[in-house]
Amino acid sequence: MKRSKSNRWRAGCVAALALGPVQADEFTQQDLERWNQEFMEVVREGDRLFHGGFPSKNTVSCDQCHPNASNTHPETYPKFQKQLGEVVPLWRMINWCIQNPLQSEPLAADDARMTALQAYIHWERRGVKLEPGKH
Amino acid sequence: MNRRNFLKTGLGAAVAGALPMSLVELAWGAKDSERFTFAYISDSHITQIKGNRFVRNWDRGLIRAVAECNLLDPRPDFVIYGGDIAQLGKPEEIDHGLEIMSGLRDKVHYVMGEHDYYVDLGEYWRKRLGPDWYSFDHKGVHFIVLNSILTYPEWMHRKWDSGMARMKEMARLDNPNGSPFMVGEEQRKWLARDLAKVSHDTPIVVCSHSPLQKIYKGWNFWTEDAEQIHKLLAPFEKVTVIYGHVHQIQYNQLGNISFYAVMATAWPWPYPNSYAQADSRLPKLTVPMNRADPFFERDATGWQFIDVHTGRADVHYFLPSNSNRSVVFDERRGHPVDTRYQELAARIPPQNHY
Repeated sequence: MKRSKSNRWRAGCVAALALGPVQADEFTQQDLERWNQEFMEVVREGDRLFHGGFPSKNTVSCDQCHPNASNTHPETYPKFQKQLGEVVPLWRMINWCIQNPLQSEPLAADDARMTALQAYIHWERRGVKLEPGKH
Repeated sequence: MNRRNFLKTGLGAAVAGALPMSLVELAWGAKDSERFTFAYISDSHITQIKGNRFVRNWDRGLIRAVAECNLLDPRPDFVIYGGDIAQLGKPEEIDHGLEIMSGLRDKVHYVMGEHDYYVDLGEYWRKRLGPDWYSFDHKGVHFIVLNSILTYPEWMHRKWDSGMARMKEMARLDNPNGSPFMVGEEQRKWLARDLAKVSHDTPIVVCSHSPLQKIYKGWNFWTEDAEQIHKLLAPFEKVTVIYGHVHQIQYNQLGNISFYAVMATAWPWPYPNSYAQADSRLPKLTVPMNRADPFFERDATGWQFIDVHTGRADVHYFLPSNSNRSVVFDERRGHPVDTRYQELAARIPPQNHY
């Protein structure tokens, strides 16, 4: 019984090898392309929201103060924000901007629009080393 | 000056405390007998939300600059407004901005900004304020106002869905589909004719909206024909260029020309080196403004006094939420210097932009 189970397992492995792509520890060029495509689509949506696409109640948009998302410093979060009185992740600061300069309603942390805004902000800052906590 | 007059109100006293007193003693002009001062307000970006509702934050910046400017004693001889009084060039925005400006006690000379222009190619602005390029003489100094935010005709006269569609393209600072600013041939010809009447020892002050130098094209901190303008100004001994648009302290010296940028009353912009994906050329001379702290609404905004003693400009930055700055022309070094922060050791952490 024991031997037969082991044989079946071995046979399964051989079959899996023959089929190729079912292993979890390998991915193909196609996978890479698809993942990048999925990511860039969200970056583009973030870019759109950042540049006037967000339904801002006073018409002010993120890019008015942050061209190319500069001076948002995603590489420094989480960090202490003295007026919020605690260490906060980037999305809390994005909501601060939405509520104050944009005079609009904040987004939930897992709102797809919040993800898109963060994707765009991080993309524009790519290549810069992480410096959590920095001011 | 009459100190009692200067201190006549409580608010006046507060402003007096914040001002470098030398500023009040000093005055400007080619000769001692023709001393004068002027103030510079710029980039208010008055924004209509709907009907009679406007963005409060930007309104407050201009209201504050006008109120503080009115406290100056002795009075400046005039005020220059450096452009972008409106956000999208709408008549409602220009009217609302000018209504706030009408509280000023002094004559104002206006400069055209791209936010005033691209919806109707400056038609309403000119209807309210007159020509967008002109010159005037004041106590021995020749002032020139340029419209430096024109661009290539192919872009300007493209088949746009509407003037507002064109305005919105140009209003986006980081727009990859934008088009570089320029003074253009017609105006350069006018400038050459205008300068032909001026002796080479007359101090010249040029006011433009965009920098008449090339700092970063991606955000139009740039004027395409800057070098051609420099060439026209080259024969003059003392030339000062003052520009808006960049919403930050910048200064530079290129040959005989000293450059100074003025602050916005609306909001500050990051320095171009803060954008990690592109190279830019901020003048090495510039000690940056303090980095904006968004929790303070007026932080890194402001307005200016400018004096032209001996025909050179000293620019005093009046910054409501930051320590005031003075960038003055240093005769010995031959370029502008910050009176407090110029040396590396004197700089403070918020001036490190990254």
